[in-house]
Amino acid sequence: MKWELKNMRPGFGEALVELGERYHQVVALNADLSGSTTTAMFDAAYPERFFNVGVAEQNMMGIAAGLATTGKIVFASTFAMFATGRAYDQIRQSIAYPKLNVKIVATHAGITVGGDGASHQMHEDLALMRVLPHMTVIAPADYWETKKAVLKVAETPGPCYIRTGRTNTPLLYDEDYKFHIGRANRLRDGDDVTLIAVGLMVAKALEAAEELEKIGISARVENMSTIKPIDKKMIIKAAKETGAIVTCEEHNMIVGMGSAVAEVLAGYEPVPQRRVGIPDVFGESGESEELMEAYGLTVENIIANVKKAVSMKR
Amino acid sequence: MPLEKIDYWQDLDANLPDIQNTAREARRWIVKMIHEAGSGHPGGSLSAVDILTALYFRVMRHDPENPLWEDRDRLVLSKGHSAPALYSTLALSGYFEKDELLTLRKLGSRLQGHPSKNKTPGIDMSTGSLGQGLSIAIGMALGARLDRKDYRVYCILGDGESQEGQLWEAAMAASHYKVDNLCAILDRNQLQIDGPTEKIMSLEPVFPKFKAFGWHVVEVNGHDLKELLRAFHEAETYKGKPTIIIANTIKGKGVSFMEGSLKFHGKAPSKEELKQALEELGGDA
Ligand SMILES: Cc1ncc(C[n+]2csc(CCOP(=O)(O)OP(=O)(O)O)c2C)c(N)n1
Ligand SMILES: [Mg+2]
Repeated sequence: MKWELKNMRPGFGEALVELGERYHQVVALNADLSGSTTTAMFDAAYPERFFNVGVAEQNMMGIAAGLATTGKIVFASTFAMFATGRAYDQIRQSIAYPKLNVKIVATHAGITVGGDGASHQMHEDLALMRVLPHMTVIAPADYWETKKAVLKVAETPGPCYIRTGRTNTPLLYDEDYKFHIGRANRLRDGDDVTLIAVGLMVAKALEAAEELEKIGISARVENMSTIKPIDKKMIIKAAKETGAIVTCEEHNMIVGMGSAVAEVLAGYEPVPQRRVGIPDVFGESGESEELMEAYGLTVENIIANVKKAVSMKR
Repeated sequence: MPLEKIDYWQDLDANLPDIQNTAREARRWIVKMIHEAGSGHPGGSLSAVDILTALYFRVMRHDPENPLWEDRDRLVLSKGHSAPALYSTLALSGYFEKDELLTLRKLGSRLQGHPSKNKTPGIDMSTGSLGQGLSIAIGMALGARLDRKDYRVYCILGDGESQEGQLWEAAMAASHYKVDNLCAILDRNQLQIDGPTEKIMSLEPVFPKFKAFGWHVVEVNGHDLKELLRAFHEAETYKGKPTIIIANTIKGKGVSFMEGSLKFHGKAPSKEELKQALEELGGDA
């Protein structure tokens, strides 16, 4: 498949500027990564509502929480590693527990961070965020979905985590796309198996589905861009109608999106499920595509797992 | 309680005996509620209760009938384990019935072991994990500035708590943002769980530390309500910098066997101990 590529992150920065114009309550915080996170756009447009706290992520989350208590719609942004790793306790105690209106938008999640290596490759963020009560967890698949998700969450009170990546990713949607929190988006119909994918693995899943068709396997593809609340209805329907599931994510296979799907299947409609994701190891330096290859985030690996899942069907 | 600010600084002696009595009554409730709960932190509650009494009964603009009033002054009890001191001050202010204090830490109670914003009327922020409150207070102070509101934000810090790194990130940010509508109070009772702060991990020289971080620093006897009121007024009038009041206190203040005691940092008084404590505190309630 030939994809048009575009970076997701400006989807965030542009949406934020739009929101700044629409709502005077919107404020943005950053921790010395305003260029990379694209929040510099908001700084340029609304400097009085932008706070760059320096390299101090814990303080950033605290200030974000304090601002939220005064009725602000707060966007706090940094790399996924530092947002959810360094400041986990601050997010838990000062944002999730008091249920404050803070939107944490993280960039540079996953192995595709590339050259920076394991210290910057965050594969645990979906797990860390989805186990927090009150937290909504979203991982968009492209530029447009990022933009629409950011616009949407601003109108939905409460804590929220949005995950984006570093690299240019295939454009799956356009300006007319309607993003709904908690509802998966079907990108391809199919009857033999359902590929439930998230983030940049959605495009890989679509590529795999096309290959699978050539060998007579009809694969449905769902974009599970909301990890919490998980779209239970879609999962049960997919299990009933296709009888096998393969999940695909750029995340540690432990407690990520695939696990969230497994939790639903186990309780409601147990069918064979295989998970494609990053094994339980730290990453390393390399080019993004090389790393995806090395860690099994490939069309080939999806296909192998589909074959396995289909063979396990009763 | 005052809906409009009272000009307590005009005559600091006015009603001083009244609020001294209030603080004593709050102390009685603190030991009673912790005894009833069977667990909790009397030491740091008793060291902070005069600070809280000065704030809620003289300094702060707030309305127990309308706890979420937008223009109210805010308080963040960063050393959240001293919740009993805050709960008793709030109850005496009229946020809820005093009898409810005896539900502390019980299943289903609004009075959690550590403050919970969405459970208890009058609690402006959930705390308990030390070191986070000053950042929250800065956020509130910036919120006031963005909304062009004149409310003030108060934040009570522990001295052991001040070993947390985040507190110094916040100390740096507060002066950077020049939030002069923010006033921190350091409950300098010299003790933390495992011993004296100066032995575990020294905080001194704390006055010049905050000064170097760009704060206006005032030092007082944290059990002298008049000194506290004078310091709060100085903080209100000082422009361009946040103020921190270093309040020299005694952990367990008011109950002889709890004063300076490590044991009573986080231990409930027994029945006998409660009886003695209430005798020492005098009054009736
Ligand atoms: C982040 C964090 N670490 C540890 C604790 C456990 N803890 C509760 S109170 C306390 C000592 C606090 O000492 P200080 O700030 O001096 O409190 P005070 O003397 O006023 O009671 C500790 C370590 C905690 N609540 N939060
Ligand atoms: Mg102490």
